[in-house]
Amino acid sequence: MTMPQGQTSVLLGGYGLRKSYGPVEVLHGIDFEIRAGEVHALLGENGAGKSTLVKILSGLVAPSAGRITLDGDQTSFASVADAEDAGVVLIHQEFNLAELRSVEENIFLGREWRKGLLLDKAAMRAEARRLLDQLKCPAAATAQVAGLPVADKQMVEIAKAMSRKARVLFLDEPTAVLTKAETASLFLLVKQLKAEGVGIVFISHKLDEVAEIADRITVLRDGTHVTSTPAAGVTPEEMARLMVGRELSDFYPEKPDPSADILLDVENLSAPGVQRASFDLRRGEVLGFAGLQGAGRTALMEAIIGLHPVEEGSVRLNGAAQAFDSVAQSKAARVAYLTKDRKGKGLLLGNDLVWNFSLFALDKFATPFLNRKAERAAFDAGTQAVDLRAASPKLNAGSLSGGNQQKLLLAKILEADPQVIIIDEPTRGIDVGAKAQIYGFIADLAAEGRGVIVLSSELPEIIGLSHRVFVMHDGAVTGCLSDADINEETIMHYASGLGPARAA
Amino acid sequence: MSETTIQETKRGPLSGLDWKLFGPIAALVLLLIIGSLLNENFLSAANLLNILTRSAFIGIIAIGATFVISSGGIDLSVGSMAAFTAGVMIMLMNWMMGVTDMIWLIVVLGVVAGALIGTAAGWLNGILITRGGIEAFIVTLGTMGIYRSLVTYLADGGTLSLDRDVRALYRPVYYGDVFGLPIPVLLLALAAIAGWIVLNNTAFGRHVQSVGANEDVARYSAINTDRIKVYAFMIQGACVALATIVYVPRLGSASATTGVLWELEAIAAVIIGGTLLKGGYGRIGGTIAGALILTLIGNILNLTDLISNYLNGAVQGVIIIAAVFLQRGLGQKS
Ligand SMILES: Nc1ncnc2c1ncn2[C@@H]1O[C@H](COP(=O)(O)OP(=O)(O)OP(=O)(O)O)[C@@H](O)[C@H]1O
Ligand SMILES: [Mg+2]
Repeated sequence: MTMPQGQTSVLLGGYGLRKSYGPVEVLHGIDFEIRAGEVHALLGENGAGKSTLVKILSGLVAPSAGRITLDGDQTSFASVADAEDAGVVLIHQEFNLAELRSVEENIFLGREWRKGLLLDKAAMRAEARRLLDQLKCPAAATAQVAGLPVADKQMVEIAKAMSRKARVLFLDEPTAVLTKAETASLFLLVKQLKAEGVGIVFISHKLDEVAEIADRITVLRDGTHVTSTPAAGVTPEEMARLMVGRELSDFYPEKPDPSADILLDVENLSAPGVQRASFDLRRGEVLGFAGLQGAGRTALMEAIIGLHPVEEGSVRLNGAAQAFDSVAQSKAARVAYLTKDRKGKGLLLGNDLVWNFSLFALDKFATPFLNRKAERAAFDAGTQAVDLRAASPKLNAGSLSGGNQQKLLLAKILEADPQVIIIDEPTRGIDVGAKAQIYGFIADLAAEGRGVIVLSSELPEIIGLSHRVFVMHDGAVTGCLSDADINEETIMHYASGLGPARAA
Repeated sequence: MSETTIQETKRGPLSGLDWKLFGPIAALVLLLIIGSLLNENFLSAANLLNILTRSAFIGIIAIGATFVISSGGIDLSVGSMAAFTAGVMIMLMNWMMGVTDMIWLIVVLGVVAGALIGTAAGWLNGILITRGGIEAFIVTLGTMGIYRSLVTYLADGGTLSLDRDVRALYRPVYYGDVFGLPIPVLLLALAAIAGWIVLNNTAFGRHVQSVGANEDVARYSAINTDRIKVYAFMIQGACVALATIVYVPRLGSASATTGVLWELEAIAAVIIGGTLLKGGYGRIGGTIAGALILTLIGNILNLTDLISNYLNGAVQGVIIIAAVFLQRGLGQKS
């Protein structure tokens, strides 16, 4: 099946790759080739098996069957270190950083440069600095990783891979947490690596990016290979159709009018990273929050629900003043927040699905002893409502695909029956099909008379979902947009702190 | 990398969890078989009750340690806390002899005081850890030294002995039995059942393990993580108090060497029992099995002269490492 002239330039190939977890087979015999100097995009819905495939090809997970070739010779990687020695490097969808160590230490972790017996710290620092500069990453080489924003952590991962001198580089959803500008500098780098003959595999659910950067695309569906084709001329719409296997229509749901009742009213709220922010949310409304990375949207919401101290200002819920000191208090007032950091703050990856599902609303099932029957029944109903598909409720949350993790998190929060739901990056790392579903849930929640706040760095999503959009810049709310003002241009204008676009 | 690999592989339906459950029980059965082969009296009711009674102190303390460890903490102070509690109880009861001649009242007040002191000491550990933001290891290393030196000071470097009359009345709490079941064994069983119910069947127990699994997730899930940690340490303190209340009538004394190394035995019992040292997952049943295994080793070495009694510690060490190795190793295959 390989083309004769392709044979020579295939760097890494996998043939007939299968993978089973227990009795469940998740990859059913996949062929996949990476050639020198190409960007090969790997597409598929959540759970299609993209991450599993690249984990196999990079030595992290052993295949159940199939063979792998490197430069045409059969090979098998015993470990990640083995694969890295052969120049095959994977950047994980989940971060893989030593949080308490510095950026430079992470970049060289396990591959430290030496001068004699001692570490060559100066040279490593200089190289780390150079790599970060190349990525336009503002983080200091000496900064502790734990304190970095997510985007910078991603950049550190990328710098780490670059320092490994990769010949084959797997990027598993590297842009999910990056802004447009950060993505652009990553792409510059990808092009440069490509020119040097590196074979790059790029996984993303952002199909416009795929169209921009990919030379070839391979689509997986439910663990099987659908097609591999040159990317030229394949539109994002066609990609979506190939992934989902059907036509997608009506991406954004209807927006029924909200009621006039003010549900949540925040006035002049100051907190760490937030300055005198004001906004209001009505019953039945979807409120969008736009802004650049670090604009203070997450900080504002986390202060409201009691995770950070409020320095001044007021929060009123249904007209009554509130000062939440803890998430337990805001939950009791039926205000709930879904974090964007699903893996670090949202789910217990090593615990099963039921455990995760009921954690937020656990008191419902404790009378005072846990009623497992009721818990299980609620799990079945709650996960069915968000269309979560999992082989068994005994699975660990960490083994769910990104889309299903998000649905689990949503179900977990909804179990507490909140009247105000704040969703941070609702579709990060989520495939087109599941995205449309999540948009549907958001609209339904509002239609039921709840208030929904959506924080997102994807403007089309904000624009498609929101009745009104608040824009933040540098910790302050810089604008409130409605109706015709809700467009990318106006939002970006406010987001960059330039003030009203049409000020007289 | 290795972290991810472990997570990747731990998920099969028959892996990890089941071995954590059955491993300690299998080891227990194995030791019972070895013991019965070495000596026909081994399986006699008297010897088995003796083993259970001897396991009671460490077993009860280890129940508390299961809570602390599965919440992501560690308590090194339990041994000295027991010695200090015992010392204060004895001094208090001796002093009350001069105040009243109702000896039963003295015993009751002594027991109540012990319960309060232990629980308060646990509370103090918890508060220092959460309010002070200091690691549990460091705080309890500190309090371990403090309690140890306090009891030495109270005893003036010697031994505190309980008044003979008080001891006579108090004695049955260790030496007595209910329908043939020694009271320490009965208390161990009750504590284990209560611990099991709380850890597995209440919201609090879930919260304890969730805090140990990932504190951030717990906090974002509306769990008051500080309060959970303090409660876990208070349960540990209460367990130490219970063990001490049973211990005092045994020898009727306390000294600088009371409860030395109990903390390590309790931690060992918890770990042999399959609770994860890094937190997030606790097993009371395993802990009890672990405590019994530790006592059994000593008992078997006593019954045979194949291995010197002096090597008791070495055999225990081997068992601890082997148990964890088996749990992890078997958990990974699938
Ligand atoms: N360790 C595991 N144990 C059991 N099932 C697993 C494990 N890892 C992955 N799976 C299952 O394998 C399937 C493929 O998962 P994979 O992570 O490869 O999907 P993906 O295409 O990368 O999805 P996403 O776009 O959400 O990242 C899913 O059904 C997932 O639940
Ligand atoms: Mg993936």
